[in-house]
Amino acid sequence: MKAFLMYKDRDFDLRQKSPPNEQALIQDLELNTLFNAMALGDDFLLEVVKKAVLSGLNDLDTIRYRQDVLKDCLKNSSIVRDIYDMTVGLIENKKRRWYGIFSNYPSSILYNSVELLEMFMDVLKTLKNISDEHASEFESEGFKRFFAMIQKELDDKYFDAVQNHLGELKFRNGVLMSAELGKGNEGVNYVLRKPHDRKQSWAKHIFSKKPPVYTFKLHPRDESGARVLSELRDRGINLVANAVGQSTDHIISFFTMLRTELAFYVGCLNLHEQLAQIGEPISFPVPAALGERRHSFQGLYDVCLALTMKQQIVGNDANADSKSLVVITGANQGGKSTFLRSIGLSQLMMQCGMFAPAESFSSDLSGGLFTHYKREEDVTMKRGKLEEELTRMSEIVNNIMPNSTVLFNESFAATNGREGSEIARQIVSALLEKRIKVFFVTFLYEFAHSFYDKKADAIFLRAERQADGKRTFKLIEGEPLETGYGEDLYDGIFGTDN
Amino acid sequence: MTFHSILFEKNEVSITKETLEAPVFFVDLNLDQVINAITASRQKEYNLKPFFYTSLNDMDAIEYRQEIMRDLESETLYEHIKSFAQKMHTMRVHLALADKLHYKYNKEGWFLDAAEIYCDAVNCLVHDLSFLVLKSRGFLAFREYLTNYSKSAAFTSLFAETKKLVADLSTIKYCLLIKDGSIRVRKYESEIDYSIEVERTFEKFKQGAVKDYRAKLSTGLGMSHVEAGVLDLVAKLYPDIFLNLDNYCAKNGNYLDEKIAVFDREIQFYIAYLEYVAILKRAGLKFCYPEISNTRKEVYDYEGFDLALAYKLITEHSSVVCNDFYLKGKERIFVVSGPNQGGKTTFARTFGQLHYLASIGCPVPGSEAQLFLFDRIFTHFEKEEDIENLRGKLQDDLIRIHDIVSQATPNSIIIMNEIFTSTTLKDAVFLSRKVIQRIIELDLLCVCVTFIDELASLSEKTVSMVSTVVPEDPALRTYKILRRPADGLAYAMAIAEKYRLTYHDLRERIKS
Repeated sequence: MKAFLMYKDRDFDLRQKSPPNEQALIQDLELNTLFNAMALGDDFLLEVVKKAVLSGLNDLDTIRYRQDVLKDCLKNSSIVRDIYDMTVGLIENKKRRWYGIFSNYPSSILYNSVELLEMFMDVLKTLKNISDEHASEFESEGFKRFFAMIQKELDDKYFDAVQNHLGELKFRNGVLMSAELGKGNEGVNYVLRKPHDRKQSWAKHIFSKKPPVYTFKLHPRDESGARVLSELRDRGINLVANAVGQSTDHIISFFTMLRTELAFYVGCLNLHEQLAQIGEPISFPVPAALGERRHSFQGLYDVCLALTMKQQIVGNDANADSKSLVVITGANQGGKSTFLRSIGLSQLMMQCGMFAPAESFSSDLSGGLFTHYKREEDVTMKRGKLEEELTRMSEIVNNIMPNSTVLFNESFAATNGREGSEIARQIVSALLEKRIKVFFVTFLYEFAHSFYDKKADAIFLRAERQADGKRTFKLIEGEPLETGYGEDLYDGIFGTDN
Repeated sequence: MTFHSILFEKNEVSITKETLEAPVFFVDLNLDQVINAITASRQKEYNLKPFFYTSLNDMDAIEYRQEIMRDLESETLYEHIKSFAQKMHTMRVHLALADKLHYKYNKEGWFLDAAEIYCDAVNCLVHDLSFLVLKSRGFLAFREYLTNYSKSAAFTSLFAETKKLVADLSTIKYCLLIKDGSIRVRKYESEIDYSIEVERTFEKFKQGAVKDYRAKLSTGLGMSHVEAGVLDLVAKLYPDIFLNLDNYCAKNGNYLDEKIAVFDREIQFYIAYLEYVAILKRAGLKFCYPEISNTRKEVYDYEGFDLALAYKLITEHSSVVCNDFYLKGKERIFVVSGPNQGGKTTFARTFGQLHYLASIGCPVPGSEAQLFLFDRIFTHFEKEEDIENLRGKLQDDLIRIHDIVSQATPNSIIIMNEIFTSTTLKDAVFLSRKVIQRIIELDLLCVCVTFIDELASLSEKTVSMVSTVVPEDPALRTYKILRRPADGLAYAMAIAEKYRLTYHDLRERIKS
């Protein structure tokens, strides 16, 4: 039995490796704000959404599969939350019961496992009831399969058979097992056996066929002998205890998997509720295949900024279809960084199957998202800082593949403009040649202009500045300009009068 | 040819006597580390160190071992011998166990098991060796001996009896019913396996791998009085088989052949060494069988390295730097100078290790080597000042060197590392020249690590070797020791080039 709500045909792997640049992504895109909004303080939700968002998908089918499941969740949020809470309850309950039981004795493993199984069967019956009642309200392939599986596997006959075994496993008539002689004539291959006929007594059996039976009787005060005897009994039930113990684990891992996969959607529900409260729109993005060049959107906003400000923020529209390079120049505090972050966030959200923070959004799948941001805190000496940036760039190069995306934010500005431009130009030229998509926020005028002059498949955006120096935080298409309007900022702070 | 030993062709006590103490130069050359690493996992069981402490001074004796070593480089033979050794080891463990235990049928069971393993070890080895092309005198003689032994009446009857008894015991299958304080024992009557039935019921929930709840119930450590009691009842169910077992044990108490037991220990000398070599070979290092001469002093070795250092570097996943050396014509003495920590001492040790290992018949580091069969090796390495010794350090150095020079013969090897560091440069130059002069007169092979580079040009017998640095960054060592006077060049590098981030670098680096 499998949950299969994240993939059509496999489990979601919580232990899969995060991308090597996980830390940089979290820091540069302020992902923790997004994760916290989804998790709402729950550590488990946090772990799952973090893993899901950072391990994006590269196939369109699975993204659409998750989008459909998510749409079902938005429609039936209370049922989904009920099932989720039930899995949490079962897992917590199990943890409580097994607390302190670290026994290695098969007999106590067996005893405890049988008890647990009795409890699990109750929960499974509840799940079956929910399924009986609500299955028809779900439309996605993922949920339809899930409920069909519950109906098929958990019928009444099955619950009876389990009940029967749970009774037998208490061994009221003693433990019967077979054995052979191993090395040193020591007993081996102890196998638990089901007696031929329970009604016929052992003694009768002897008299009818007369095979010899010998009895070893323990002296009542022989304590070490009693210990050996129970050890011997343990050998007999070792395998069945293992089978029952593992069955409880399997059921637990079924519920754990169900909980894990639902956790992602519960995280999405949480986020959705908060955005709805602020009044920010969401839409289901339209992904295009890896290798195509598409990036067009309307009202794309930085979801983290919206969550932090708890208010609607300015969205951007752009059409960068068939472009591989997007250069963003212009005024300080004109919304360039916010825009760059919204590009990164929407890409990650789309590729894990979430909705996008936009009125509409479409882009091609990225083979890997990398960020290269200027790091203020690392300033020591100019030379040291450039080397630090180049070290990070080199790490990116070690991991990058064609059709990845790199977001540069004021990179390579730690040296003089001409040198920085040349380094940036060489790096970006090589990346484009290797079919890597580049977004570059920069003040490096020579660098920006070299691509503008070449009329490469690039688009140039500029932070808007009205004639009075006021910023709209909206980006418009336009030729790179030589100044970042630092003057405005200076004036804003110091006043224009002197 | 009669087989005596896989280590020595001739059975002379003077040669085969085991040396218990490591030669004095072992520590200086780090050979103690090498031999410890080689014997570590085997010392307790086989006590191999004495074999490694005894150098041979007979070319034929070295040849005898080299032949065996070469035979063992065939992976098939090596694996066969390892599997033989593994069996003999298990056999000893079981015999020791049988000896220690209390209950009769339990003891007899382990004894039978040991004998079974022994028969199997002998039979397998005879069979395995019969298919191999062996070239060494040692293995050919041993194969003949072993084959004859396996056909002897003593062995064939032991084998037949063992086989029958083991087969009979394996037919036994019984049932236990444990309830309250008693166990009933009878023969098995085809009852079905209940665990499987339970497992099947819960199969549908199977996810990935889960915890194994099977308890590790003690095994192989004999039995308790309860198990012994049950075994006695099983013996009553099958009386004939257990009577045969009693008779078998009484008859075959001393089944082990002496020469085979000795072979099992001695062959480990080769196996241990080759196992160590294999680790280094996997890291791309080379080994070769040196040509050995007791007259020709034109020694050479290409792609050699210090075994102790290489082994350490490989375990740390660092790379190993190899070095070449050769002496031509009248050249006898390597004078090694250059920057510190550049591999000078390592070079000196390598030279000593190569010669010593060659003298016990082992392959040595390098792709090709010609080495000298020395009579003795002398080393002089910096020593901590000895408080007990009231002489000054310089005086102490001089006395030690005097001892060496007076005991050395033209067939000796001397390895000196940084002598006379505890005096003025003028003194050091003077004393070193004197000592080197003595060594030149003796015409013996010598490596002298020194900061006094003028020693290199003392005579036509001396050769200058220099440790080198990376031209671009004099702080980096290459660990290459080259035959030339010292030099060093520095280049400035562009930062982007340094990080390999230029356009051209990136085009190469990013996979398509």
